[in-house]
Amino acid sequence: MANLHNNLFDIFYMDTLAAGDTWLHRLDPRAKVLTTLIFVATVVSCGKYEVSMLIPFILYPVFMVTLANLPILYIIKKMALLMPFAFFIGIFNPLMDKNIIARIDLTGIVVWIETIGLNNIMGLIDFNGLKGITGTIDVSGGWISFFSIMMRFCLTVGAALILICTTGFDSVCMALQRFGVPGPFIVQLMFLYRYMFVLIDEASRMLRARALRTFDTGNIKHNLFGQMIGQLLLRTLDRAQRIHLAMCCRGFDGHVRMVRKMNFGMTEILFVAGWSLVIVTFRMYNIPVKIGTLISEIP
Amino acid sequence: MSHHIVQAENLHYTYPDGTLGLNNINFRIDHGESVALVGSNGAGKSTLLLHLIGCLTPTEGNIRIGDYPLNKKNLKAVRRSVGMVFQDPDDQLFMPTVFDDVAFGPINLGLPDADVEKRVMTALETVGVSHLAKRSPHKLSGGEKRAVAIATVIATTPDILIMDEPSSNLDPGSRRRLISLLKTFTHTKIIATHDLDMALELCGRTIVLNKGELAADGETKALFHDDNLLEASGLEKPLTMQGCPFCSKEPIPVIAK
Repeated sequence: MANLHNNLFDIFYMDTLAAGDTWLHRLDPRAKVLTTLIFVATVVSCGKYEVSMLIPFILYPVFMVTLANLPILYIIKKMALLMPFAFFIGIFNPLMDKNIIARIDLTGIVVWIETIGLNNIMGLIDFNGLKGITGTIDVSGGWISFFSIMMRFCLTVGAALILICTTGFDSVCMALQRFGVPGPFIVQLMFLYRYMFVLIDEASRMLRARALRTFDTGNIKHNLFGQMIGQLLLRTLDRAQRIHLAMCCRGFDGHVRMVRKMNFGMTEILFVAGWSLVIVTFRMYNIPVKIGTLISEIP
Repeated sequence: MSHHIVQAENLHYTYPDGTLGLNNINFRIDHGESVALVGSNGAGKSTLLLHLIGCLTPTEGNIRIGDYPLNKKNLKAVRRSVGMVFQDPDDQLFMPTVFDDVAFGPINLGLPDADVEKRVMTALETVGVSHLAKRSPHKLSGGEKRAVAIATVIATTPDILIMDEPSSNLDPGSRRRLISLLKTFTHTKIIATHDLDMALELCGRTIVLNKGELAADGETKALFHDDNLLEASGLEKPLTMQGCPFCSKEPIPVIAK
C-alpha cells in the first residue's frame, strides 16, 4: 500500500513540473494539446509492421524534454509503470503471427524487409560481416509487430506524459473544453484527477484497519475483498453526493468554468505548424530507410 | 434588513428509510445573529443544515430564508444568499487549484474575469491564505484546507453563513485562528458544533437538538448552566465553565458524580 501511495505522490510531482517557466511551459495549452494529438494520431496510423519509420519520431519527445527541462528518468519510470499493459497486448502477436517477414543476414545485416515475399529488400547496411559468423536469422511478423507496438506505446505515452508535465492537467482539460469536448467529459477528467488521491487514501485507511486486526500477514480473502470493495463504493457514493451538494451550493450548472488567460499567438501557430510538418514528413517518407539506401547505395 | 432572516416553521423530516430526522422544529433567526446548533451525534444537526440550503426538502412545514419561502423556484436566489461550509473540506474543495476553487462561485454568479480575480484575492486575504492561491487543495494541511473552504464561501458574499463542525479536526492553534476569524464576520451565522467552548465564545444564542426535536432555544450561557438539559441532550458543560481540577477548591461536576 505504501508503494501505491508513493506512486501517487509521484503523480502529483507532475503538477510541480508543470509549474515550470520555460517558453514551452508558457505556450498556450491548446498548441501543445493539438501538437500532441497530431503526433499520437500519426504514430498510431503507421502500418502494423513498421519499426524503422517510427524511429525518427523520437525527435519530438527529446525536443520537449530537453527544452522544458524535464527529468527524463522520472518520465521513463512513469512509462515503465504502464509498460505491462502494452506488453500484454503485444506479447501474443509472436504466437499468432508466425510468418517470416524479415531475415537478418549476419554477414551483411538486412535492416528491413517490407513484404512477406522476402524479395523486396528496402534497406541494407553493410557491416562487412561479423568476423567468423555467417548465416541468417529469420524474424516472424509477430515479433516485428510486437516491437512496433512497444515503440508506439513509448512514443504516444511519452508524448502524453510530456504534455501533462509541461502544461498541467487542469490546463489540458481547459484546452480540451475550448476545442469543444463536451462539459461532462471535462468534469469527469478533472474529478478523476482531484479525487484519485482521496479515494486511495480512503482505501489505504481501510486496508490498514484490516491489517491491524488480522494477525496473519496473508492476503485478503476473496469474500472479505468483495465486502471491502462494496464498502469503498458506498463511501465513494456518499462522498460524491456531498461534493455535488457543495457544488450546487455555489451555483454549479453542469459546466466548470475557470479563469485562464489563453492566447494563441504567432509562437503557437509556428509551433503547431512546424511540428505538424515534421511529423507528417516522418510519416510519409521512411527516413531511416532513405538514409540506409543512401549509405549502402542499394536502390 | 428583513432579508437575512432564517425561519423554520413546524419542520418535519423523515428519511426515505423511515428514520425520523426532524420533528416539529420552529425557530426564527434574525439578521446578524450568531447561533450555535448543538446536540449529540445523530440529533439532527446536519439534517437541519441541509434543509436550510435546500439540499433536503421537508416532509412537512416550511423554511423561509429572507423574504422567500424555500422551494424549487427560489432555490437559486436562496443559495446566493446562503453560504455553507461543509464538515470535510475535501468535499468542498474540488477544483485543481485553490484559486480556481475560490473562483468557482463568483464565476457561476456571472461576474467578469477581472472582478472574479479581485473577489478571490480579497476572500483569500480575509482568511489569511493568499499565499496558497496556486497550490492544489490536496496538498494543504487541515487548517489551511478549512481556511480555503471558508474563503470559497465568502467569495460569493453570502448574507448568511452556515457551518458544519468548523472546528473539528483542527489543532488548537488553527482552532483559535478560526474563532478569531469568525468573530470578525458580521454575517448571520449558524454553526453546528460539538465544540461548546467555541459556541460560548462566538454565539450569543444556542439551539439544542435532541433526537430530531428542539430541546431548547435561548441564550447560550443560560442554556450551558442547565445541567439537566445538557445531560439529557448528551452534552457536557464547556470546559471554560467547569472549575479547574488543579486549583479550584470545588470539585469539578463530572468527578462529583
